Amino acid sequence: MTRWAMIADLRRCVGCQTCTAACKVTNGTPPGVQWRRVLDMEFGTYPDVQRVFVPVSCQHCDEPACMDVCPTKATRKRADGIVTIDYDLCIGCAYCAVACPYQQRYKSTRPTFAYGEPSESETYHFDEAQLAVATKCTFCVDRIDEGLARGLKPGVDPVATPACVNSCITNALVFGDLNDPDSNVSQLLAQNQHFRMHEDLGTGPGFFYIWDREAA
Amino acid sequence: MSYGPKPWHQTQWDWRAAGNFMCGGAGSGLIVFTALSGARGNELRLLVLAGLGLIGLGLLCVWLEIGRPLRATNVFFNPRTSWMSREAIAATLLMPIGLAAAFFVPGLVWVAAAIALAFVFCQSRMLQAAKGVVAWREPRLAPLMIMTGVTEGAGLFWLLATWHGQGAPWLLLLFGVLVLVRVLLWRAWRQRLQAHAAPRALKAIDAAGRTLLFAGTAVPLIAIALAALAAPGGATSAALAATAGLLGFIAGSWFKFTLITRGGFNQGFALTHLPIRGARP
Repeated sequence: MTRWAMIADLRRCVGCQTCTAACKVTNGTPPGVQWRRVLDMEFGTYPDVQRVFVPVSCQHCDEPACMDVCPTKATRKRADGIVTIDYDLCIGCAYCAVACPYQQRYKSTRPTFAYGEPSESETYHFDEAQLAVATKCTFCVDRIDEGLARGLKPGVDPVATPACVNSCITNALVFGDLNDPDSNVSQLLAQNQHFRMHEDLGTGPGFFYIWDREAA
Repeated sequence: MSYGPKPWHQTQWDWRAAGNFMCGGAGSGLIVFTALSGARGNELRLLVLAGLGLIGLGLLCVWLEIGRPLRATNVFFNPRTSWMSREAIAATLLMPIGLAAAFFVPGLVWVAAAIALAFVFCQSRMLQAAKGVVAWREPRLAPLMIMTGVTEGAGLFWLLATWHGQGAPWLLLLFGVLVLVRVLLWRAWRQRLQAHAAPRALKAIDAAGRTLLFAGTAVPLIAIALAALAAPGGATSAALAATAGLLGFIAGSWFKFTLITRGGFNQGFALTHLPIRGARP
């Protein structure tokens, strides 16, 4: 069984926000809604400081807190691990937003556009169904499904791969099947030390952060 | 807003969500206390209606908050895992049974009280399931939410006692016990937050806690003691009990309002390891 997962190599990410822009362009999210964010975090005190860029998005958890609390069953987890929202079922109660430990749920109550009037791209992407309901990163599930239908391999073939991963200029973002030992993500995880965010909460994120090579 | 390791306050649930917890808890508690009081006739009718009205008001607050109010009935779709669905089901059961108790079969008030307790239990678990908020997901919050709901309902009962004249001395004593247990549960919950919650969350929670301790516990306990010493059934005794009830109700409600609107900080983002780049030391 396939388990789609994403990796962010913290050693490689330079915080260019190209993935953020690619996500916004691909999904047409309104201002203030960032299904993908790259955090710019500083640690330590001068002169011993370190700056880390941390891509974050929906973690597509094994045990999604957002799914359990959802009163409408709008939030579901597919067999391949992707957590989805049915915009026609969601009532916009935002319970999922306060349940998500990764703050990856958004709710826009009215149409907003970057410069007041919608641009051509914003007009194309605008979806009434996404107003006043919860939205989040989908791992570009439509690209994955369409790619699979065409016999392509997500994570390898760009057409079938999430837009953020395609756009990454340093190959810091990697996408693939966690249950395939030969996949790019499985290989990377085997060769490097990694962690998942807030793992103590038991959500089992499908998003891994690589921080160092595997000890020799 | 800058996102990072520093926690920030949740931006989704506001006074409307708080209103559900405040009104729902107090309404449930009022129905429970009405059942315990053995009230009958008009007194029973109006007290139960007041409880149901408060619960309905809380649900109205939530209805005003949801993004798609015309789909509100979808809330019933996931009772298997969602405490919000279960809360909605409990409320739906409570309304007709409460009305039946008020107008037709007084004995049903005990059934209504049991469902009211189930309702407030669902509310307590709703907060605990919100893993994104440190102060809410702490398991010790659940008993505190139940206790504060019942205590506020008891407070309302004694506030209204100046009108309905119900309430045996042992019920006033029970109210005192509830007030005391509530603050003890608050302390137990607060202790668990110390290591994990954001300083700004703790500051807001502590401020509400001080109100709960003094205005919501110490003063009501003194008033209850004085009421017990005063002539039974007299105006002084009733006034003291009403004062205790009012303060117990307001302080508990203020705590819940604060918990939702000011104490709802997340834990930010955390890295358990920093990346090792370039040459190693």
